[in-house]
Amino acid sequence: MTRSSCHHCDEFSRLSLLRRGAAEAGRGLPAIERGMPTPAGTGLDRRGFVAGAFGLALSVYGLGKLKLFEDGIARAASGPAQPVLVSVFLPGGADSLSVLYPALDPNYKKLRPTLALPESAGPVFAEDTRLHWHPSLQPFATLHAEGKVSVMPAIGYAHPDQSHFTSRHFWEVGATDARLTSGWMGRYLDHHGTNDNPLQGLSLDYQLQPSLASQRVPVASLAAPDQYTFGAPGVWGQVETRMLEALTALGARRSDPFLDQAAKATKQSDRLRRQLAPFAKNSGNGFGSPVPYPDVDSDFPRQLSGLAAMLAANLPVRCVAITAPGEYDTHSDQPQALADGLDVTARTLFAFQRDLEARGLANRVLTLVWSEFGRRGEENGSGTDHGAAGSAFLIGERARGTMVGEFPGLANGLDEDGNLRPTSDFRGVYSGLLEQWLGADASAVIPSAKSFARPALVK
Amino acid sequence: MPPVYRGPFGKPQAERLLWRAGFGPRPGEAERLAKLGLEGAVHSLLRPGRDRLKGPRPHDDSGHKLSPYDRWGHDQLWWLDRMVRTTKPLHERMTLVWHDWFATSRAGVDSAKLMLRQNQLFRRIGLNSFPALLMEVTRDPAMLLWLSGVDNQKGSPNENYARELMELFTLGADRGAYTEHDVREQARALTGFRYTWSNNLGPIKFRFDNSRHDTGYKRIFGKRGRYDWRDSCRLCVHHRLHPSFFVTKLWGYFVPTPPRAATKRSLERLYVTSGYEIAPVVAAILRHPALYTGPRMVKSPAVYLAGMLRGLGRGIDTEAWTWLMSLAGQQLFYPPNVAGWDDTRWLDTATFRARWEIAGYALRPKLVKDGDRHVPHKAGELVSRAQAVLGRPTLTPQTEHVLEHFARRSLADANQHWKKDAYPPLIENALRQLLASAPDLQTS
Repeated sequence: MTRSSCHHCDEFSRLSLLRRGAAEAGRGLPAIERGMPTPAGTGLDRRGFVAGAFGLALSVYGLGKLKLFEDGIARAASGPAQPVLVSVFLPGGADSLSVLYPALDPNYKKLRPTLALPESAGPVFAEDTRLHWHPSLQPFATLHAEGKVSVMPAIGYAHPDQSHFTSRHFWEVGATDARLTSGWMGRYLDHHGTNDNPLQGLSLDYQLQPSLASQRVPVASLAAPDQYTFGAPGVWGQVETRMLEALTALGARRSDPFLDQAAKATKQSDRLRRQLAPFAKNSGNGFGSPVPYPDVDSDFPRQLSGLAAMLAANLPVRCVAITAPGEYDTHSDQPQALADGLDVTARTLFAFQRDLEARGLANRVLTLVWSEFGRRGEENGSGTDHGAAGSAFLIGERARGTMVGEFPGLANGLDEDGNLRPTSDFRGVYSGLLEQWLGADASAVIPSAKSFARPALVK
Repeated sequence: MPPVYRGPFGKPQAERLLWRAGFGPRPGEAERLAKLGLEGAVHSLLRPGRDRLKGPRPHDDSGHKLSPYDRWGHDQLWWLDRMVRTTKPLHERMTLVWHDWFATSRAGVDSAKLMLRQNQLFRRIGLNSFPALLMEVTRDPAMLLWLSGVDNQKGSPNENYARELMELFTLGADRGAYTEHDVREQARALTGFRYTWSNNLGPIKFRFDNSRHDTGYKRIFGKRGRYDWRDSCRLCVHHRLHPSFFVTKLWGYFVPTPPRAATKRSLERLYVTSGYEIAPVVAAILRHPALYTGPRMVKSPAVYLAGMLRGLGRGIDTEAWTWLMSLAGQQLFYPPNVAGWDDTRWLDTATFRARWEIAGYALRPKLVKDGDRHVPHKAGELVSRAQAVLGRPTLTPQTEHVLEHFARRSLADANQHWKKDAYPPLIENALRQLLASAPDLQTS
């Protein structure tokens, strides 16, 4: 496993992915039917599959002594199937008044003389016919009609902060507290995760998503599950095996706090390398997704198809965080920017949902799509400035599929700054997900959890 | 005055100073700087003379000159080259500081020329007066495009720059320094910038046009006046909560733990009495005991990479750094957002692997070839050679132990005739890779 082959396979898999995507473009997503071939990995005894795959990888690396660790992963993977929560962040503050737009409200055209979308542009939202879906969100409308999307048309918190960073931070830590440094999913894992499984909190990104920042247990971040290898130029065979053992040793605890931070990153990377060894072996073959994902210039489809494959292989993933493609801070040129971002995001999440259904995993995964705030009611010419309540979506077969909070309307629904008032609180949604989906005690994770109303989120 | 470090100033201290105030030592540089003592060393960083750019000239993978204006990724290579070859490391480091502080992304500017123009501004006046820098940044074309300054017109104010000017550049959020009303009024004060569109060149002739400026009265921080963009900057700098914001943020670029209250107060006084000059505050931080006796600091990817190349004596000779830097979480000229990079989260499993890759690519030209018979067969000598290749960085005993243990075990593995000759070069290459990615070299 040399460095150059790694780089080339990266290029290669990207290329082959593009080719495959091109070959299938225009065919649309296939319906899920009986008699489709069983996806790779299903049907195998979980423990057997994981332990077997790791045994193979470990013998390659000659790390036979790590039997205990191998058992640890296998145990985590062979327990009862754990529910998985995926958090998808729309960065910049997506405009809730375009995501679900009040087409016929006379105030809408007054506030948005150039940006207002025509009534016919997007499908009507069945639960509140005053609203229409943004045309790019047709895939969400389809899933909603199947009862798989809960819509939060005006979600936020009292005394909204219009700073991207502060408001995003509130959502990430699960509290309106600027000083909290651990993420809300990180704290959940601190209580319910284990000390030897970085994959339990998976940041599908080039760096750690703050909502997964934990204090006690390890979490992982990786951009692509099939490329997590550690080769070195001019090193191979037995010496390479020894080198990787030394890498493990470099991860040992240090007394200086920042030296220790580097050692921790070393240690967690080393663990992740071993967890993902089975994928590294299949590098270049894609993830065997049974449905096509959008063929676009974005990592998002590949990251989610990789996630579905990891779940199909029973890797012990529990909380996932990822940033959606697109730029939602639409101070100017809003129509195109918003349509482009929502289009790739919605089509990919649709493919992900169909992928999970085809692999028989759909009852294990819920996806929460959110943004740090919505935007100002009144447009500024070609865009909109920062606002208050935004929109969020909970997607999945087990999502209850009914609206959380209502659309407050534009006549009385704007606050003194001209921003949409929230009709649901993100901390209530988090608490509901912790209790109803993850089976956890919300008050151990969300500060003052008791004070927030719990919407019914799961069926 | 803030306290000054009085302990010994030897190679380890000089090394740390060079990493925190620049991009690490070239071989032998830490030893030379140590001889100057702390005062002499800080003085030499503040007054380095003309930049002579020492080392191999940069080129791309085909051996051609860099084209920072035209070729994808060459802007970043151009800057990395400055970091690697500069003889004014503190000025170059301050350029990086301001790039993070006034984080502007080419993703929203779409012009390498304007990005580099802003970059040169930071290099030119990055250690002078903060209010002067702030005003230049406020009317800088890249910034005007990035934070919608040119979309902010009389009658349809755009709050983008006004908000970040206060939140990120001068005052800070959640400190009670300003209200949403101040944001709106500042936006009005900042109206009036425009450019001319050229079909060939894109936006040109960035300027202030009074006919697009809202000349009415504004009420900002409780004061009333017909404020314009210069007033807007002045009001922020003279705000009572600006000096504390400024010194704390600046401190954070050099020392990873927050300043004590007394240090913070004396830095604020120094800043105000010097007339809001940057250099005296930087000098005081570089002399402060916390820099030498406090914990280590995680290097940013740019510092890690440029420093490694300086230690290796290697110039910019490949475009691989472009994608490796973005994998490591710091694509220069593309900060993740207007708040810049998060210095507390450089290292995770994804960025650590990218740094491992960076180390491998950096070491590649000096690779020991299979079958090289000049490689020693003793663990200690192998470790020492690996250290020498990387410029002899000071190591913790724990890391030295791991390296020696690895070398001994691997030499013991060579129990067959062919392995006795084949293994030492492999061991030497592996030692360099491990050393370059060890926690000691990820931090300074």
